[in-house]
Formats: sequence, C-alpha cells, structure tokens
Amino acid sequence: MIDRFRWYEKLGLYVGMAVFLFFILAPFIEGFLVSLKPLSLLFSSPYRFWPENGSLEYYVSIWSSVPLLWRYMLNSIVIAIAATILALCLVIPAAYALTRFEFRGRGTVLGGFLMVNMFSGGVLLIPLYRLLRGFGLLNTYFAMIIPGAAFMIGTGVWLLRAYLLRIPRDLDEAAWVDGASRLMILRRVILPLASPGILVVAIYCFLTAYSQQFIFALTFNSKSDYMPLSVGLFAFFGRQEVAWNELMAASFVGILPVMILFSFLQRYLVAGLTAGAVKQ
Amino acid sequence: MTSTLGARLFAFALLAPALLYVLAIVAWPLVDTVHLSFTNASLRPIPDWVGWDNYVRIFRSGFGDIIIRTVIWTALSVTTKMVIGLCGACLLNAAIPGRALFRVMTMPPWIVPMAIGIFMWGWLYNGQFGMISGLLQRFGLTDRPIAFLAHEDTAFFATVLTDVWIGVPMVTFYFLAAIQSIPKDLHEAAWSDGAGRLYRFRRITLPMMVPAMVTMSLLSLIATFNSFDIIWILTRGGPSGATTTMIIDTYKTAMGSYHYGEGAARAVLVGLCLGAFCIAYFRVIARISRASWRG
Repeated sequence: MIDRFRWYEKLGLYVGMAVFLFFILAPFIEGFLVSLKPLSLLFSSPYRFWPENGSLEYYVSIWSSVPLLWRYMLNSIVIAIAATILALCLVIPAAYALTRFEFRGRGTVLGGFLMVNMFSGGVLLIPLYRLLRGFGLLNTYFAMIIPGAAFMIGTGVWLLRAYLLRIPRDLDEAAWVDGASRLMILRRVILPLASPGILVVAIYCFLTAYSQQFIFALTFNSKSDYMPLSVGLFAFFGRQEVAWNELMAASFVGILPVMILFSFLQRYLVAGLTAGAVKQ
Repeated sequence: MTSTLGARLFAFALLAPALLYVLAIVAWPLVDTVHLSFTNASLRPIPDWVGWDNYVRIFRSGFGDIIIRTVIWTALSVTTKMVIGLCGACLLNAAIPGRALFRVMTMPPWIVPMAIGIFMWGWLYNGQFGMISGLLQRFGLTDRPIAFLAHEDTAFFATVLTDVWIGVPMVTFYFLAAIQSIPKDLHEAAWSDGAGRLYRFRRITLPMMVPAMVTMSLLSLIATFNSFDIIWILTRGGPSGATTTMIIDTYKTAMGSYHYGEGAARAVLVGLCLGAFCIAYFRVIARISRASWRG
C-alpha cells in the first residue's frame, strides 16, 4: 500500500525514467544507426535520424578495411583475462589474511590498499615506462597486464574482505579443531564458501581491465599486433578522415562478446557489488 | 588460532605477494616520480640534478590556470554525477513494472570499453552532421551547426558531459544499494503517521544516505580528477588548451615532448593537489555533519 502510486505519479516516474534512459542510451542508439548509414547519407545536411536505405554492409566490410579487428578483440580479451587471473591470485590470499588474522599494521595495510586508488596511471606513467623498459617489457602483452592488475588489487581486496567478513569464524575453528592445516582451511572451507564473492571480484576485475585499457596500452605498446580494441580503433581511425559508419560498426562488433558475457552475469554483479558496498 | 607466531607467519605469507606487487608497481614508481622531478631526465641516458628548477619553470608558465581549470572541471562533473545518480537511483527504486529491465539498461556506459563510448560521443558532438547539433537545428534552437569540440567553452562542457555519462551508472547503483539498505520500518512508521512521499524522502531517505553520498563523492572526485581517456580522445586538451587538465598536461609534457623530469614534477603536483583536495573535502564534510548534528 505504501508503494502504491497514483496515476499521475506513475506517469511522472515513467517520464523521468524515459529521460534518464535516453541520456544513458542515446549514444548507443545513434551509434548503431550511424553504423547502418552510408557515408553519403551521414555527411548530408540537414541531419536525418532514421537510416533510409541503411544496410548491414559495413559489418561485413570492416573485416577487410580493419584487417586486425579480430586481433584487437582477441587482445582485449586476453589482456583482461590475464590481468583478472593475476589480480585474483594476489587478492584472494591477501583478503583472507586481512580478514582472519590479527597483526600489527593491519589497518595501515588496508588503508594503503585503498590509497592505491588515488594514484591513477597518469601520475605514475613516467617511472612505469622506465621500469617496463628496464625489464624489456615495452611492446609486449605484459606492459598492459602488469600495471593494469596493480590498480585493481586495492578495490579487489576491499570487496572480497567485505564478503569474507560475513562467513562465520566458527567454520574455520571447527576445521582447525578437527586437525585441518591452515592452508587446507583456506582451500577446503573458505574458497568454496567465498566463491560467490570471488566471482564478483573476478567480474569487477575483468570489466575494469576490459573497459579501462587505454592509457597503458597507448603509452607502453606501439605494436599493432598487441593493441587492445580501444587503442587499435583509436590508432586506426585517427589516421585519416574518420569513416564514422565503419568505426561504429567495428565498435559494436568489438563490444559484442563482453555484452553477451555480461548479460549472463549481470545478476551476480549487481547483487555482489551492492551487498559489499553498503554494509551497515 | 589467530594470534600465534605460526598464524602470523602464515598471514604474512598470504599477504606478501599482493603487498610486494603494489609496492613495486605503485609505491616505487611514486618515489621514483618524486626523484625524477628534481632532474632534467629526458631521452638522454644520464639525467642531471636540477633542484627546484622544474617547479619554478612550471609555475612561471601559467600553471595556476590549469589547476583552476581542473578544479572547475572536476567539481562540475562530480556534482552533476551526484545529482543525476540520485535521481536515477530513486527512479530505479520505485516499484513500477519494468524495473528490472530499466536497471539492466542503465549499465552499458559502465561496462563498454570507455574508449568506445567516447568514440560515440565524438560523433554526437560532430558539428556539421552530428546528432546534437542536428537536433538543435531541427527544433530551431540554433540556425547554424555547432562544432562542440572546436570552441573553447563548448569543448569544456562537452568533455564534462561525457565524463558524467560514463560515471553515472556506477553512482546510480551505489545510491540504489544505499536506498535499499534503509530499513523499511522507518518508512512504514512515518507513512502510518501520515507523512507524505516527499516529506519521507527529505526526512528519512536523504539523511540515511549521507554516508553513501560522502563515500561516493570522494571516490568520484578521485576518479574524475585523474580522468584521462575522455579528454585525450575527444580533444587532446584543445582547442587552444581549453580542456587541458592537470593529467592531460602531465601526459603532454612527459610523453609528447619527452621531458620526463618536468613531466614528473607536474605529476607530483597532481598528486599533491589531489591529496590537498581530499583533505579539504574531509574537513568540509566533517564540519557540515557536526553542524547538522547540532541543528
């Protein structure tokens, strides 16, 4: 009863929703329509919204005009997956140690992980460049994976810790009394119980690594073969007059795999991120 | 089992890899940045120690303008994100048919690679043929095409708007979670006492959301201050420096003209300014919350 709306309130809510979603989705709608239009229609005045005689031909022609498109997509996914695995291997033990053990300096370490978020790649670019050059890692996948993973560790630890705190300590202690070693408790008790939380952290890491791979890839790699989608398209279309319809078609093809993945996983992501975030 | 020596060693062994990694990739470069900022490092192999020269040169070349521009850009973007995010969260929280679908439809700007979303905005802002200019002309709001990214004022606001667009989904979902964590009894008790929807929003929802708003605005402030991709792809800091924020300026100095030493000095200033803003922000928030407790 408390949630019942009168008709004009409902109308207001739907109008507000429509405006909000239009702001969010307009670039995608327009981008998709552009990908259907021939350049002659695109570059004509006055502006026309609807693609008359539009076609899907640019979704075919991009594969020949951007010969490395499949490679860019693959690179994006490889870099994101590698960074996610690397980050998880570091985050899971660290979060466990920071949840279940008391030692001096724990608060400092937790605070330190949070501080990492303050320094984006932009500030640390020069030393990172020199560091990677020193190890001969410039223009390799590692040049994008290694710094990318570092900036996800802080948030990852905090997200997973919020989840681990909700697993009752009695379970560890029961296993300990039964003679399980510490490593075995982590592997056989905590990991299975924490798997929903780990999944959330994994999705967070993957999406971050996938959507923010720009500045490192732009600066630390100049080989076309290793470029992720964003930098590949940026470099390719920045070269001449922008063929907007092909750029948009390539963009939509490029984001398709992750959109499909996301549509399966969105439920876990929303539930997990929000549960960890606002624990009272 | 959690405080013996064995336990401590085990905890340390678990923590060490992550800690060492962050120290190597974040902390050491930070120290190195400070060190480099006092040298004239460039492509030459051995840099010389130059003391405060870099800093002196930076402040003599109109650095104040860049700081002010960055602050306005950040403040404008964060405020807009908070307002739109709050409206969005309230809308997505309302029990209306289609709510689940609307929630999913809010996410794309967040999960799509940032650069791709920015390409799309690049087209929307196109002067001759872009959608925004086109629609403005059709509705007679302007009689000639506007190339949003070619003029200093419009480019500034255009980059802010794109930053808002990318940030809104995350803010919205965080606020939505905050709204949902408010105990239902509060609303029901007030409702049975005859409190209207707007009154309940002002007296229950808003006050209960203050912690979430403080956290989110701070996170958003840090992310926005460090924002690079949007400006670099849309304008590269132009036209004539109108969108050159501190991060863009650092990047141009260091990577564009290979002045690593001076670039490092600019990076140090970015870090210092960000730290100062965070502290100032905390002070203001603390004062406001103390005042509101008393009032």
